[in-house]
Amino acid sequence: MTRSNVVKGRQTSPKEQIWSRPYTAISIIVGGLVLLILGCAFSIAKGSKDIPLEEVWQALVAFNPLNSDHQIIWELRLPRTIAGALVGAAFAVSGALMQGMTRNPIADPGLLGVNAGAGFVLALCFAFFPGLSFNQLILFSFVGAAVGVGLVYGIGSLAKGGLSPVRLALAGSAVAALLVALSEGIALYFRISQDLAFWYAGGVAGVTWAQIDILWPWIVLALIGSLLLSRSITILSLGDDVASGLGQRTALVRLGAVLAVMVLAGASVSTVGAVGFLGLMIPHAARAMVGVDYKWVIPTSAILGALLMVVADTVGRLSNPPHETPVSALIALIGVPYFFYIIRKKVRDNL
Amino acid sequence: MNQVMFHRKRTIRTTITLIVLALIAFGVLLLSMNTGFSKMSPMEVLRTLFGGGTPKQHLILFEFRLPRIVIALLVGIGLAIAGAILQGVSRNGLADPGILGINSGAGLAVVLFVITNPQRESTSPMLLPFLALIGAFGAAIIIYLMAYKRHKGISSSRLVLSGIALAAGVNALMIVMTIRLDPNEFNFIATWQAGSIWGSSWKFVIALLPWLIVLIPIALWKARQLDVFSLGDETATGLGSQLNMQRLVLLVVAVAISAACVAVSGGIGFIGLLGPHIARRLVGPRYEHVIPVSALIGAVLLLTADMIGRSILQNAEIPAGVMVAIIGAPYFLYLLARSKA
Repeated sequence: MTRSNVVKGRQTSPKEQIWSRPYTAISIIVGGLVLLILGCAFSIAKGSKDIPLEEVWQALVAFNPLNSDHQIIWELRLPRTIAGALVGAAFAVSGALMQGMTRNPIADPGLLGVNAGAGFVLALCFAFFPGLSFNQLILFSFVGAAVGVGLVYGIGSLAKGGLSPVRLALAGSAVAALLVALSEGIALYFRISQDLAFWYAGGVAGVTWAQIDILWPWIVLALIGSLLLSRSITILSLGDDVASGLGQRTALVRLGAVLAVMVLAGASVSTVGAVGFLGLMIPHAARAMVGVDYKWVIPTSAILGALLMVVADTVGRLSNPPHETPVSALIALIGVPYFFYIIRKKVRDNL
Repeated sequence: MNQVMFHRKRTIRTTITLIVLALIAFGVLLLSMNTGFSKMSPMEVLRTLFGGGTPKQHLILFEFRLPRIVIALLVGIGLAIAGAILQGVSRNGLADPGILGINSGAGLAVVLFVITNPQRESTSPMLLPFLALIGAFGAAIIIYLMAYKRHKGISSSRLVLSGIALAAGVNALMIVMTIRLDPNEFNFIATWQAGSIWGSSWKFVIALLPWLIVLIPIALWKARQLDVFSLGDETATGLGSQLNMQRLVLLVVAVAISAACVAVSGGIGFIGLLGPHIARRLVGPRYEHVIPVSALIGAVLLLTADMIGRSILQNAEIPAGVMVAIIGAPYFLYLLARSKA
């Protein structure tokens, strides 16, 4: 008997359960990288002023401060595109880690309290310590993310029978309701609602190099950490019994994965605000294509997440000029139907 | 014989509970009339209530405080009844119009209207419940269809998850729609979403009242049906219940009640959860008892939350919805932690 009433798991030996398609994975990673580079180039070239691709290349290899196109590329478009790719990869990998670790098909940082936790802590910061540096804000939103996820998992797992998807989602939405209510109270009292909403819906517009300088080491380190953990996550995704039977120190692996999730999601949320559903969709898509071995799921998710974020941001910028459609709305537009699909496919009927 | 005795005992118990709750509600109501920005002593309030008092006191009491109090009462009643019905229909003790995404559907419709019609003062009170209704039914239909599978019917876990998914999506949309508004409009919507009982004039009472007068008796009349549901589908069909039809009627009633309430009060969650749960603790699981008792509990809760929210800070109001969530969410989590898989 597996404890999971979640995944339609076949009752087979662990070896057989870890099916994977390494060649597909490698071709998706390579193809995805090529597409990502093309997407980034396109995203940098297009905008309120179209800049030819040769000029983009020139700006990258031989920057000329007197050329206004080069200025636009370096100061506005490049940081935005880089931030989009970093954050997309981070959200997707944090979702993959959560889903693998908890064997729960609907695990997603947005649904499980990360956004609400970070939002709450940031509301506190805006209200009581206005003028914190971005570096400090990132650290605080790590704390917030950890508080959110900790509450959701803690309460979800207190229940008899453990963490079913429904239980986790309910705990997530109640914790979010509580934290959002508290943030709303604070925001209304200190008259910072709109500042907070701007941050919340922020997207990648207005990301600066200074922010990226702080952001990238965290995300790159956490991504490398996730790759190193991937083998253990695969084993953990077979269930605690199997994992400890195979001699794994599950508590240690969990701790590592939780830290990675905290850094990835916390850093991303503090930079671009609440982007939900990315961490839900991408790992599902990745698993459907490359199998359930996280050695492949994690890098594939990273590439696909970055790609989706860059494409969504470009579409949001170009679809209705001069207005921008926020990237979180576009992703929710794909994400909600995808979520419905997962609910219909992967969730069994019992609570 | 025993059965009859037991039933009568329950009925007596319910009656006593109702009387006690009504007294508590009355007490909170009096307290609430004394709470507010400008000070009025209890004697002054009473005098004003019975026709005395200065014109200023008259204005404060009859035009500012009473309509808001009445709306808090009505919305509390309505949301608690809607929650009880939803819990009965879905056979899920954690159902609530807020959790299931019905409130967010209603909210989306209202926000769309506010954004597209800046001069809302003149027309909206009577119109808002209808708009909220369209949004709420839109949300309810989507959730229902997503939870429905042929040959299997509605699954309660899919219902809950679809509701959460929809609410998350709608929230993302709302933030996007409101962010470019000018600060005044934005603040209006932010306080509305936080559940501030914003429509505090008699116009809104009149807009809300007809809905409740029509719908609540239907809910009370159908209460027995909910008890039949709780026996499970097979038994219920065996007892001659036209399951799907009855379920649909009750769902429509619950959605309509919560839409009308949300339209005047803003997004208030958890009343629909707390009311019925506390009621079950007091009078047992039968819905003909649970519904009236939870209605009064809902009224007391919301009235208290609004009163505290109005008086706790010197220079600002905390929306009632925020107060309810601060109490309600932990209680919800406690129920969740205790529930069996």
